[in-house]
Amino acid sequence: MCQVEEEYHEQLERVDTPSASKKCVKCKEELAAVVIRAGDSYCRNCFRESFIHKFRAMLGKTRVIFPGEKVLLAVSGGPSSCSMLSQVQEGVSQNAHKKLRFLPGIVYIDEGGALGQRKEMRQKATSELCDMFRSTGFPFYILPLEQVLDLPGSVLTPSPPSDQPGSGYKAAVDLFLQSGGSGSDGKAEEQEGVSPPAVQESHTRLLQQLIGSAQTLTAKQDLLNTLRQHLLVHTARTRGYSKLMLGDSCTRLAVKLLTSISLGRGAQLAQDTGFSDCRYGDVTVVRPMREYSAKEIAYYNHMFKIPSVVVPNLDTKTPDKASIQRLTQSFVTKLQADFPSTVSTIYRTGEKLQTAGGSSSAAEDAERCVLCVCGLDTAAEEASALQATLISEQLSRSSVSVKPEPPSTVGQCCSSERPCGGAEGASDCCRSSRDHEAAELRSLLCYSCRRTVRDMSSVTHLPQYVLSEVQRRQNRSAMKEQISEFLLDDADEND
Amino acid sequence: MPVLCSSCSEKRAVLKRPKTGHSLCKACFFWAFEEEVHRTIVAAKLFRPGETVGVAASGGKDSTVLAHVMKLLNERHSYGLELMLISVDEGITGYRDDSLETVKRNQQQYELPLKIVSYEELYGWTMDAIVKQVGLKNNCTFCGVFRRQALDRGAVMLKVDKICTGHNADDVAETVLMNILRGDIARLRRCTAISTASEGDGVVPRCKPLKYAYEKEIVLYAYFKKLDYFSTECIYSPNAYRGYARTFLKDLESIRPSSIMDIIHSGENLSFREGVKMPVQGTCSRCGYISSQALCKSCVLLEGLNRGLPKLGIGKHHRLHEKILSQQPLTEREERKLKSVDF
Ligand SMILES: [Zn+2]
Ligand SMILES: [Zn+2]
Ligand SMILES: [Zn+2]
Ligand SMILES: [Zn+2]
Ligand SMILES: [Zn+2]
Repeated sequence: MCQVEEEYHEQLERVDTPSASKKCVKCKEELAAVVIRAGDSYCRNCFRESFIHKFRAMLGKTRVIFPGEKVLLAVSGGPSSCSMLSQVQEGVSQNAHKKLRFLPGIVYIDEGGALGQRKEMRQKATSELCDMFRSTGFPFYILPLEQVLDLPGSVLTPSPPSDQPGSGYKAAVDLFLQSGGSGSDGKAEEQEGVSPPAVQESHTRLLQQLIGSAQTLTAKQDLLNTLRQHLLVHTARTRGYSKLMLGDSCTRLAVKLLTSISLGRGAQLAQDTGFSDCRYGDVTVVRPMREYSAKEIAYYNHMFKIPSVVVPNLDTKTPDKASIQRLTQSFVTKLQADFPSTVSTIYRTGEKLQTAGGSSSAAEDAERCVLCVCGLDTAAEEASALQATLISEQLSRSSVSVKPEPPSTVGQCCSSERPCGGAEGASDCCRSSRDHEAAELRSLLCYSCRRTVRDMSSVTHLPQYVLSEVQRRQNRSAMKEQISEFLLDDADEND
Repeated sequence: MPVLCSSCSEKRAVLKRPKTGHSLCKACFFWAFEEEVHRTIVAAKLFRPGETVGVAASGGKDSTVLAHVMKLLNERHSYGLELMLISVDEGITGYRDDSLETVKRNQQQYELPLKIVSYEELYGWTMDAIVKQVGLKNNCTFCGVFRRQALDRGAVMLKVDKICTGHNADDVAETVLMNILRGDIARLRRCTAISTASEGDGVVPRCKPLKYAYEKEIVLYAYFKKLDYFSTECIYSPNAYRGYARTFLKDLESIRPSSIMDIIHSGENLSFREGVKMPVQGTCSRCGYISSQALCKSCVLLEGLNRGLPKLGIGKHHRLHEKILSQQPLTEREERKLKSVDF
């Protein structure tokens, strides 16, 4: 096909070198100290002011966080989430002229176990963060990822949002002011996790087995993200926080958007990258750092000495093509270096998307993915990519039926991509009920999570709360089938 | 030890399907490839019996495989279609000659009527003549705009009901990525559609029967079928975004082969916010082709060429459209601005 057939002719905006010693564009007096992008040079003071203003403006314009509400900040130790923490500190401090009126807490998840780090390494990172968190005076929780293994199945079923008194932002402001502006339970909370709970070695081993059962780094990372998210939401929920704040920057979100597209998560894109995500019902995820570029954050942290902690992750020291997430990261970074509008353009594309099927909390849990908790996108409609893939698999497999398919499954356990016998523990996968188990799980997953699970040698290492939720849903649908002739319509009684 | 075909379990496998990873024998691969295209055609209801369908033929691998498979499926499954090959001759010395020869051989091999529509016939200008006037630097604008319309104009001229093009899964995935990089929501929304409805008088509905076929499998198919094709890389460099998107897609595919389908799945399941502005589409008041301006791009370009003002179509000169339509003379300043061309 001729590539010029479509009319793409605009030239890309090349990076232009900023001219030295410019005046600040805002006060027009001081000499510029930072150049965020061409034509955007600020002096130190104006930069600080506009940086702080942007944070408040984001919360002000979205009106998602109510006064007096408990908000849990997920801090990874990285520059962006640490910057977010400093903004919240700044915002709730007494002398701030426009005070933020919510009640912050902090959570840090130590993933060292999944990465196979030694105990001392993990302790070093957590104690550093512990000091940082303690100095804020906010309640904080330092949790090892191993705790995800003990979560209840309820993590995977969204609870309805708790009733906001009077409902609506305005009413909440009034109520907050009436109560003397102190919020529900003040600051009397104890600082938990000062000495993080000891981790049992057996738990660490189970976690490593689980991550290890994913045969590709792409799947490992996806799995790790999912588990972290579950633990974060569970922590917020059980500690009474109704909002979970993530520190995703504009740059991070652009990478995430392109990664999501590449992983087949188009339907979930708006939830993965939007300002707020209500897939969990009673805990809403918000991303207030979304309009800051990574560069902007780095400048700010450097100028105003915002500390951050380098914590290694699965990506550390891997080549560009080690995983889809890693590749996308380096692709966007390189493109951004040549074309400074890359990140903002991708980001703005995301702004124009919404969650498929409108309100995300509308989907019944039978129609939600048992891993990422998003609505299922696996209807395999006529002439769709999913249907085409299923047809390809079917046409490439033996037409002379060797073994009868287990009933009511979409299963292709021994998909060619990962033939039996290769990976550890996979040799008997075709014969035993494991085949059945994997197929049952798969039918409850979204398109993209199926891809992840497909890269796993076995699903038996998945945490118990996932496996029992699969069982529960299977039972329910079997039950529904039994009584189907007596049900008058499709209405499902889920509560 | 020879690997047995995973489909028939009898013959020796000769290839590993890039799309699914299965090892197949030649016959089973042919069958799977063809049936997949057939299932796509049926599921998407691309054609109706009795229709005249133009297969866009460039002599390249995609369109050669498309012509071959369309002919075969039309007979195997009795679609009842009248097929014909349509080729565009841009009039570039040395560039199209070989590919047109290929198309002419294809015509004989497949016994399909071939119609070659030339730029000269459609626009009154060959690409060579255009290059002479506008210089090499700007000819890509002309190439892109004219080519886009050439098929439509040719199809109207030949009275076909539909055109099918050789766009494959890689092309579609690449376009999804590119539109995200460009922030082009309108195209992002359209680009995963397997067919376009007729959008006005000058436009014939188009479809992509190879939408779910991997480029690598198209090459494998052509290779084992010993199909005769000419590898046409457009002699003008593809635009920057497509180049980046292509490299990125190839890298993704090397990490996870299903990426191509995964991206199409993503594209098919995107859901756009209400009230996101879409450009209003009107039609060209001169030729009837879809256009958001009073004159479509190719009519503006032609006007420029015919008046000796080649820059007319290159920059943004929308306010001049009215003048051109009402055949008012341009001011001296306007003339001067439009005449100078950097070579
Ligand atoms: Zn071209
Ligand atoms: Zn200033
Ligand atoms: Zn999922
Ligand atoms: Zn075979
Ligand atoms: Zn026109």
